[in-house]
Amino acid sequence: MTALTVESQRMRFAEPLALASGAALGDYELVYETYGEPNADLSNAVLVCHALNASHHVAGVSADNPQDIGWWDNMVGPGKPVDTRRFFVIGVNNLGSCFGSTGPMSINAATGKPYGPDFPVLTVEDWVHSQARLADRLGIRQFAAVMGGSLGGMQALAWSTLYPERLRHCVAIATAPRLSAQNIAFNEVARRAILTDPEFHGGRFYEHGVVPSRGLQVARMIGHITYLSDDSMAEKFGRALRDNTERAHPGDYRFTFDVEFEIESYLRYQGEKFARYFDANTYLLITRALDYFDPARVAGGDLSQVLAHARASFLIASFTTDWRFAPERSREIVQALLKAGRRVSYAEINAPHGHDAFLLEDPQYHAIVRAYFERVAAEIAGGADER
Amino acid sequence: MSVEASMAAGTTARLRPDLALIAQWIPHGARVLDLGCGDGALLDYLSRERGCTGYGVEIDDARVLACVRRGVDVIQQDIEAGLGMFGAGAFDVVVLSMALQATHQTEKVLAEMSQVAAQGIVSIPNFGHWYHAWSILMGRMPVSREMPYQWYDTPNLHLATVRDFEQFLARLELSILRRAFLANGRTIERLPGLRATQAIYSFRRG
Repeated sequence: MTALTVESQRMRFAEPLALASGAALGDYELVYETYGEPNADLSNAVLVCHALNASHHVAGVSADNPQDIGWWDNMVGPGKPVDTRRFFVIGVNNLGSCFGSTGPMSINAATGKPYGPDFPVLTVEDWVHSQARLADRLGIRQFAAVMGGSLGGMQALAWSTLYPERLRHCVAIATAPRLSAQNIAFNEVARRAILTDPEFHGGRFYEHGVVPSRGLQVARMIGHITYLSDDSMAEKFGRALRDNTERAHPGDYRFTFDVEFEIESYLRYQGEKFARYFDANTYLLITRALDYFDPARVAGGDLSQVLAHARASFLIASFTTDWRFAPERSREIVQALLKAGRRVSYAEINAPHGHDAFLLEDPQYHAIVRAYFERVAAEIAGGADER
Repeated sequence: MSVEASMAAGTTARLRPDLALIAQWIPHGARVLDLGCGDGALLDYLSRERGCTGYGVEIDDARVLACVRRGVDVIQQDIEAGLGMFGAGAFDVVVLSMALQATHQTEKVLAEMSQVAAQGIVSIPNFGHWYHAWSILMGRMPVSREMPYQWYDTPNLHLATVRDFEQFLARLELSILRRAFLANGRTIERLPGLRATQAIYSFRRG
């Protein structure tokens, strides 16, 4: 099948957005892409929310770069589980990100310089409110579904309680109802790596013409470890030594602190690649949004009380080897939904790839999402108004 | 209405006979938890024809997928891992059809069932069927429609006769509300201990 070529679009919002922190963000832009055709009443619209390092470029190939394939292209597209021959799919770059929507790299009109550390700290809920405004402008009253994995799943969950009437289905994959202390700890290590990089300059590194590359690399390396399972790392790398002509005999240790094992080489490569395109302030901001996400907090920790406001039906899925957001975390969500009496299906996918599995093509996983979206499509076609 | 009559009426025609009978015992609008729900046929029927709501619980990937395909809400979970996810008394009826014999902790499963719903319904294969006795007399382990497995590949762990099972319910202080017996899909009245291939019980605590 020929790849879908997509162009990103841009929407400007002059009206300030009130944020959870008490601050407000005035005059901002959101970058988004759409796939498929809207039906007459836009009831076939699906919003895809992105995770930490992804963007609005969900599917297809960028018009300006044929190498740039969408991060969820195996999930969204013509004939894919979220079939764009039926659904009008929208990917939006979150505020504070570094892929085109207003963020720390953008020029602050008040100073004429990039926001840098002055960009307000955002929450998942702030993102959802900004996405709802985009939906208003696009004329979408109610999404057929809001979906996402990991941090994207948190946005989908937040949608279900902040705008109960504006989505029929909530699809939250490989996610958690709040971060654990261990999750926050990993985020903090990543942030410390960035904040203590001498080239961070208190977040004003743009003005110095440098990038806190070392900090970003370490942040990415530690993040990446949490995305993979022990088994998948063992299978992919094991204790294999890096091919290197400097070895006297193949398999000899070199007794240095340079790259010795394949896993080290891989992590360094991932880190270096990431540091070339990702913004350090954005990394801080998005990990903080993850830390703060805790919808049950307002209800004394009782998630079911909060989810009782939801009107959507839910599909929750987790992966057996995901230890970042393990199946137990998804089961917490399911249990709360059951207690709240919401419609919910839960699939626990037996996949070896850890947290990353939500981005990969697993037959059972994709079959479940496909079947679920067929049900969503049938409802739209039938005009069914389920509870 | 007998199973035959209801099947003739067409409403439960596509349901397995024990499920068709179970469906008739479930009141309109009931909140139902179907443990080991298979492809979700019972819940699908109950929601379309009886206005029931509820969830299936299933461990098998293909069956979970089948449920999602037909729009039945399903939770992928091993019922022996416990039913703690489902609050006490959250359902009107909890169903376990033709699966109890394959559980490891049969007693625990039944006890938990009696916690999550006011009423439980269980269907089991009757090991006391005359053919099984005959087969063993002939020197072979029985293989039948309800238990189509060889001795070396059977998932069944805890097989019981009708009388065994009734004593078991009594020991767990579960009182029988209704019982029915099927022989190859048809209801029977006389000599169920010998003639029934399946037995279906509805029970409640105390």
